[in-house]
Amino acid sequence: MPVMPLSGNHAAAYAAKLSRVEVVAAYPITPQTQIVEKLAEFIEKGELKAKFIRVESEHSAMAACIGAAAVGARAFTATSSQGLLYMSEMLWWAAGARLPIVMGIVTRALAPPWSIWSDHIDVLSQRDTGWIIAFAENAQEVLDLIIQGFKISENDRVLLPLIVAWDAFDVSHTIEPVDVPNQNVVDEFLPKRRKYRHTLDVENPFSYGNLAYPKDYMEFRYSIYDSMLRAKDVIEQCAAEYDRLTGRYSGGLIENYLCDDADIVAIAMGSISGDLKVVVDKLRKQGVKVGFCRIRYFRPFPSEALAKCIEDAKTILVFDRDISFGSEGALCLEVRATVNREGLDKRVYGIIYGIGGREVRQKDLENIIVKAYKEELNHPRKLLWLNLKHV
Amino acid sequence: MKEVLMPIAYPTKGSVGNTGLWRTLKPVINYEKCTKCFICWMYCPEAAILAEDKPVILYDFCKGCGICANECPVKAINMIKEV
Ligand code: SF4
Ligand code: SF4
Repeated sequence: MPVMPLSGNHAAAYAAKLSRVEVVAAYPITPQTQIVEKLAEFIEKGELKAKFIRVESEHSAMAACIGAAAVGARAFTATSSQGLLYMSEMLWWAAGARLPIVMGIVTRALAPPWSIWSDHIDVLSQRDTGWIIAFAENAQEVLDLIIQGFKISENDRVLLPLIVAWDAFDVSHTIEPVDVPNQNVVDEFLPKRRKYRHTLDVENPFSYGNLAYPKDYMEFRYSIYDSMLRAKDVIEQCAAEYDRLTGRYSGGLIENYLCDDADIVAIAMGSISGDLKVVVDKLRKQGVKVGFCRIRYFRPFPSEALAKCIEDAKTILVFDRDISFGSEGALCLEVRATVNREGLDKRVYGIIYGIGGREVRQKDLENIIVKAYKEELNHPRKLLWLNLKHV
Repeated sequence: MKEVLMPIAYPTKGSVGNTGLWRTLKPVINYEKCTKCFICWMYCPEAAILAEDKPVILYDFCKGCGICANECPVKAINMIKEV
């Protein structure tokens, strides 16, 4: 297995190539464009046998992927920010039609004011579309989660499209050593896409998306809900199988980093995780019993796994790179719901960080954890905005 | 729920009745004005007009959209309210 220096975006392109995608339909947008540029290059050189559909918008990009997936092709696309919002209507169609599609999203803030830097609100705004949503920590995980993503999405107990998201620039444009599995290993893990009962067939015509009266509609929604819950097992199984074939465990619903005996647990998604782990290591050496729980899959939300992870902690710090105006961060809301549902007794603090690419240093993270440890933070009712200039 | 519920529908003949049932306005050709240009026949989206020696509307399938009346160059088709 060759180790290659790859940016997160190029790791994504390699992952799509190794997954033998058959259709790529995409529209350029910073900071995503490199992914589909690289795929176009693979196709042009004949290294990837796929059809690249150049479309006039993100809405059409997803529509083309839906068409491709409906006739049985393995489809891939990627976008960011405004492009994702423009595509949004089609996301509901893809999930509602139960089509396996994988999409890479380089997380980016929304305008106005314009920003090309990272922020998770673009992806989180698509929370309820019925797409499985994974957040990668680094370039290696971008590659691993996309390959696993096809297998999860195509599982006939799941049949839901899947997003793999990663932070703009911190991951998308940063070059890291990436262990790229051999094609035969990926082929064994991810066989050719099969046909399902709802794969279009000219010999046996049918149509998608007819009108469902109130006596039927609700069951279709229940079926998506039900498949989402089932996806939890499938996600874990795929991570285990991937580990068996590649020797790398790089998947699963959450990552438990020293949480088991921790009094205080930090929770976050995406690239900040690396910094949080360094801070945890440092504070552990000073005797602070702190752990870190990374949410790898935001949908389905891993409530049970998270509850186990934070079982013995007293204080929870949730780092959100998004804000739901009028409430708090989306991740924090999920954590509070989990704490409540599982009947746990915790103090949960919400922290907003890194909005629109605002810099966060390890020192900032350390300070806030130490403050929480010394019980010096304000009441959890007060949402903390990290490194906010003036209030 | 063991199986994924697929939102697909197989076509069945006449499952919602003939398209003629949809009609609220009925196109009626005034053959005294009709020049037999067959433009109505060409435009009808339901192919509900037959091209015989004159255009003949099949009311079982005419959905009453009025395209024929709109396209007729001599205004030979009147849209009449169904009861
Ligand atoms: S009303 Fe519409 S459906 Fe009926 S004959 Fe005219 S064009 Fe055809
Ligand atoms: S378009 Fe008018 S004139 Fe021409 S055939 Fe039809 S009814 Fe007659």
